[in-house]
Amino acid sequence: MTEAKTIYDKIWDAHLVADKDNYSLLYIDRHLIHEVTSPQAFEGLRMAKRIVRHPEKTLAVADHNVPTTDRSIEIEDEESKIQIEALKNNCEEFGINFIDMTDIRQGIVHIIGPEQGFTLPGSTIVCGDSHTSTHGAFGALAHGIGTSEVEHVLASQTLIQKKAKNFKVEIVGTLTDSISAKDLALSVIGAIGTAGGTGYVIEYMGNAVESLTMEGRMTLCNLTIEAGARAGLIAPDQKTFDYLKDRPLVPKGEIWDKAVSYWETLPSDPGAHYDNSIKIDIDNLAPLVTWGTSPEDVVDIDGNIPKPEEIEDEAKKNAIKRSLEYMGLEAGRPIKGTKIDKVFIGSCTNGRIEDLRAAASIVSENKVSDHVNAIVVPGSGLVKAQAESEGLDKIFINAGFEWREPGCSMCLAMNADKLLPEERCASTSNRNFEGRQGRGGRTHLVSPKMAAAAAIAGCLADVRDFS
Amino acid sequence: MLGILADMEKFDTIKGIAAPMLASDGNQFSMMINIDTDMIIPKQFLKTIKRTGLGKSLFHEMRYDYEGNEVENFILNKNEYRDSKIILAGNNFGCGSSREHAPWALLDFGIKVIIAPSFADIFYNNCFKNGILPIQLSEKVIKEISESALKGNELEVSLSKQIILCENKEINFEIDPSNKNFLMEGLDDIGLTLKDTDLIDIYEKDADDNLPWYSL
Repeated sequence: MTEAKTIYDKIWDAHLVADKDNYSLLYIDRHLIHEVTSPQAFEGLRMAKRIVRHPEKTLAVADHNVPTTDRSIEIEDEESKIQIEALKNNCEEFGINFIDMTDIRQGIVHIIGPEQGFTLPGSTIVCGDSHTSTHGAFGALAHGIGTSEVEHVLASQTLIQKKAKNFKVEIVGTLTDSISAKDLALSVIGAIGTAGGTGYVIEYMGNAVESLTMEGRMTLCNLTIEAGARAGLIAPDQKTFDYLKDRPLVPKGEIWDKAVSYWETLPSDPGAHYDNSIKIDIDNLAPLVTWGTSPEDVVDIDGNIPKPEEIEDEAKKNAIKRSLEYMGLEAGRPIKGTKIDKVFIGSCTNGRIEDLRAAASIVSENKVSDHVNAIVVPGSGLVKAQAESEGLDKIFINAGFEWREPGCSMCLAMNADKLLPEERCASTSNRNFEGRQGRGGRTHLVSPKMAAAAAIAGCLADVRDFS
Repeated sequence: MLGILADMEKFDTIKGIAAPMLASDGNQFSMMINIDTDMIIPKQFLKTIKRTGLGKSLFHEMRYDYEGNEVENFILNKNEYRDSKIILAGNNFGCGSSREHAPWALLDFGIKVIIAPSFADIFYNNCFKNGILPIQLSEKVIKEISESALKGNELEVSLSKQIILCENKEINFEIDPSNKNFLMEGLDDIGLTLKDTDLIDIYEKDADDNLPWYSL
């Protein structure tokens, strides 16, 4: 009898090019690149006079730096402009497919991969971006890499890897209207901590995970990196195949049928070994919000900001003190009602059409609070077009939101969208690190519905009061 | 840097000042945890298309105030630590973004060794690609080393012997043999992989037959 394997084991085995002394060479099926982490890789190739082994297996798009305002005028920021032009030129030189900023398919790299059908179950996908874990929603082994590794993949279509351990995260219970995939993900990070997944590939399972839509699964897998794991995976099922079928880059006809038969063999075998496991019950889960400067700093919206003196671990206690000071929050106070200045709806975590629908459902006929500046940044041109065809843009604009062009935007504030010092933001993005959304800016991570609720209330609010 | 054949400096012994990244509370100090790559090098410096020149922006928001003046009590601004070659820190160093600009900034500043109880996966890998040695030690030992460093003592780190010399005390550390080899030899890993091109060819031929849906 063959050994019972996890889905990670199966994908690993199917992509093993060679086992060397103390490391393995893994084949990479799909490579995504963007303007920030690729220029030095191309420079390296040129200097060593190397070629790109399989240009067709890399897809490029500019997303981090792009302005989310009028695209017809030239980019004001000279450095951003140079970096985006460098990507375009590098792609031309090496024969790589590049989606231009004016193309309707342009968007955040992790949104357009699945949208175009570039992301496939059972494949290996890498990108010089930590949120590559998003693609794990399709049962792909997907993770972020550094620029040297980008160069390695371009040159060899392989990656030097050491196998990670298997971590089973089972999420059970019933999703409600006010609990989204974002809340599931934050509850996992809150439970295991931002280093809880280090050294592991996480496999999500359980009825709550199965009941998620593909977009919800992408949100869950996207945030896996915030728990420190190399990748997050969900076994592919009929929902996965239905989502992908007929997308531009997926196989067609007979090969599609054969692919589906193969993908159906990917789910972990009964009795497969996991090095670690955790079970989370979401039946009594409240909508979550982060209070601090690490994604593990999670609290129920009806909960209180923690008191450092109640924490025993000295390092953790000092971290909480630092966070509270940075965030301008008082220990022990309720988090609900904390006044906000900005709202950001978008990012590779929550910039898909279902996220915009969810936020719009709360906005409805309401208005953005007078003192709040709120922006919606669709994850791609196609998401934007779909939202506009459904009239979501009107709902947001009528309420007082700004309706922007696609990109990473205020998730990491590399473009003009950023927080000013001490400005407080309810954000659907993925990191609440110090300075992440602008130096001195204060980020509270929430779901799209919670962000919409905060925009209307002018403070961190409970979405359950809006339904 | 790597990618340029045999251009990475070989790593052997590093002797120098270690800068402890502290989170202090009166007399009690602990190591700062979760130092993320946004802290190490904020996004506004990622617009470069080069690998060099990032050292002056290392830890920018902790190191400089809004006017660009040095923050006096930040460790790397103190005279004794301006030429630090080693950083001592708490758990989960390098978490967050995959930006290799983080090790580039550290290296450009002169940091060759980082000692922490744990590292984030992508950052850890990125270190080895750039000739930086990340060493994992227990919190307790790192606190002891920090106390010594705060007294002005230098550290000596020998990769070949896998030993840290701290005030005549020898502290052993573990390191994966292949990572050690890559650093010691300053190997160009792309060059090494490309020597296995025949194996990649064989894999691709096999995959074309057995996994044709992944071809484009």
